[in-house]
Parts: sequence; structure tokens; C-alpha cells
Amino acid sequence: MMIAFLAETAGHGGEAAAFPPFETWHMPSQLFWLAVLFSALYLALSRFILPKMSDTIEKRANRVASDLDEAARLNNQAVEAQKALELRLAQARAKARETAEKAREKTEAELASETARVDADLAKKLETADARISKLRADAMTNVEQIAVETADAMITRLGVKASPADLKKAVSAALEQA
Amino acid sequence: MNLMPAIALDPIHQFEVTKWLDLRLGNIDISFTNASGFMLLGVVLIIAFFGMASRKGELVPSRLQSVAEMGYGFIADMVRSAAGEEGLKFFPFVFTLFFFIFFANMIGMVPYAFTTTSHIIVTGALALFVILMVVVVGLMKNGLGFFKLFAPSGAPLPIYLILTPIEIISFLARPLTLGLRLFANMLAGHIMLKLFAGFTVLLIGAGAVYVPVAALAFAMGVALNALEFLVAGLQAYVFAILTCVYLNDALHADAH
Repeated sequence: MMIAFLAETAGHGGEAAAFPPFETWHMPSQLFWLAVLFSALYLALSRFILPKMSDTIEKRANRVASDLDEAARLNNQAVEAQKALELRLAQARAKARETAEKAREKTEAELASETARVDADLAKKLETADARISKLRADAMTNVEQIAVETADAMITRLGVKASPADLKKAVSAALEQA
Repeated sequence: MNLMPAIALDPIHQFEVTKWLDLRLGNIDISFTNASGFMLLGVVLIIAFFGMASRKGELVPSRLQSVAEMGYGFIADMVRSAAGEEGLKFFPFVFTLFFFIFFANMIGMVPYAFTTTSHIIVTGALALFVILMVVVVGLMKNGLGFFKLFAPSGAPLPIYLILTPIEIISFLARPLTLGLRLFANMLAGHIMLKLFAGFTVLLIGAGAVYVPVAALAFAMGVALNALEFLVAGLQAYVFAILTCVYLNDALHADAH
């Protein structure tokens, strides 16, 4: 049954004149419409659609390029700002160090002058005290001589010897000097 | 057997041209046929697609615009790489050629649609036009230097006796092979599709015993369908890139 069917199919193919792509009657019409439609398509694409597309693509490429330029410019700006900031920071740091140094020097100077003043004061007080001590000692020595002279006078008077006060004083001084 | 299933299964039937509108130009029959109708459909679809996709021209493209621009970039790269910067003059032509064939092939993949590129008169005319254009461009660009194409420099003199005839024959074969390749691929592919699809129907009709064989035939038909989609795209690409290669010959004939 199948074979008969296929045979009939083939037979039908044979009956139906030529193989369609090799039939000649439709060739002029095919050529005509190919020429018309292909030209129409070519014109539509090359005149209107492709220029528009290339325009868009070019515009996008330009936009991307200019945006990249802008980004590079802004980046440069940022780098410069960073540099300026670092410079300012370094200046401020130097100034701060200088101020601190000055303050330290001033404090040291004040400290030194205060120390000197206090030292001088102390020295002066010490001197006064020394002077007072030596005066007191001299006074004390004088008193001792007086007492010694009076004592010697009293002793020799009891012994019945008379001596002038000047001699006595001289003898006591010599004895004190020897001691 | 009646005639209806026979027509439905006849693998050649799909290539038959039928008149839709009788037209005459003088003595010449220029009837609007199903072939013209599907060709018109292809052209309208191309213009509609690219027209709509490029209308807004946004900087950040929509999906449609992206696809169209990918097509644009694809053809532009092809022309630039095969025919050099000079070849970009022919970019609109190659673009038209590629999408004309591509859409015709793809429309042909729709069941019951007519495949305009399955007719030798169409593919042959396109191929002949391409070759004539190549010759005209070559002569305009290089003058008689264009014929250096047939005698590539650098060969010893006796070799030219063999080389030149071979080059001439291969040049003359170009329009033939260019047109035949597309025609034969589309024709054979569609016959195979129809045969396997028809065979499946026939086997199911023949009885339950044949159903497993029918399934096999059906699987084959599905696989062939995928292959035909590939061929439809590939043949459009081959036609366009060969056009670029031939244009490159015409533009740089002295570089051979």
C-alpha cells in the first residue's frame, strides 16, 4: 500500500509539468519583483534607517568618550585637591610644632629667671643671717672679754694686787688670743 | 488514493509559484505571485523591524534597538574585516543583501510559507548582480589593473600558463557557485523537511505497527528543522561574506 502510494506521489510529481524552480513562465515576474523589492529595501535602508542607526551609534560613542574625558578631568581635580590638602596639612603641622617650641622656650626662660630671682633672694637672706651671726658672735666675744677682765680684776684685787684696767685688758686679750 | 494527500505529501509542491494578481508590462508577464508576496513580506518585516528599532535612537538602547544595533555591528565588522575600510562604502548593500536573504530563509521556515530563496532565478540574479558589481567596481578602481587578479604576482613565468586559466575559470564560476549554493541548500533542506514530515504522517496512516518508525521519522524531522534554521542563517552569512571577499578582490586587485 505504501509503495503504491509513493509511486502515485511520484507519478503526480511527474505529471505536474516541470520542477517549479526550473519553470520559465514565472521567471520574468520573479526578476521584476526581485529588482523592485530589493531596490526598495536598499533605498529604505541606505537612505533612512542605516544613517539614523550610525548616527545613534556615533552619538553614543561620542558621549561615552566625552564622559570619559570628564571623568578624567574630575579625577585630576580630585588628585590636585588631595595634594593641596596634604600641603596645607604639612604647613599646619610645621606651624604647630613651631608654636609648641616657642611656648616651651618661653616657659624655660621664665623658669630660669624665677629660679635666679629666688636664688638671689635666698643668697641675700643668707648673707644677712651670716652678718647677724658674726655680729652676735663678736658681741658675745666682747662680753666674754669684759667678763674676763672683770673676773681677773676681782681675783687680783682679792690677792691684793693692784693693776690698771688697761693692763688687765691687754693681759686678758693676750690670753684669749692664745686660747 | 485521492489527490489531496498526494499534494500534501508532494515535497515539490511547496516550490510551486501561483499567481495572486495577473499583471503585464507590455508583453512581459510580471504577475504578482506567492513568491512576490513572500518577498514583499520579508522586505516589509525588515523595514518594520529596523525602522521601529532605530526610530527613537536612544543613547541607552531598548532591547529592540540593541538587537538592531547588534545586526548593524555584525555586518559592519564583517565588511571591515573582509573588505577593509574601503569596503565600508558597500556596507548598505551588504546589509541589505544579508537581511534580505536572512529574512527570506527564515520566513521559509514557517510551515506553508514560500521560500523565495529556493528559486534559482532569485539567487542566481542576486549572485550575478554581485559579480557584475564587483567587475564594475574593480574596473573603475583599478582600470585594466583589475585583470592582475588573474595573474597573481610572485609566481615563476611558466606557472602563469597554468595559473591564469585556473584563476579565470574560478572567477567565472563565482556567480554560479554563489547562486547555486544558496538555492541548493534551501531547496534540498525544504525537500528533506517535507519528506520526513510527510513520511511520518504516511507511516502513522499505514498502521499501528509503523508507529515506532513514525516516531523515528518525526525525531529526524525535528532534528532537521533545527539544522535548517542553522542553514538559513549560515547561508545568508556565507552569501554576504563571499560578497565582501569578492569586493575585497575588486578593491585591492593590485595587492595580489
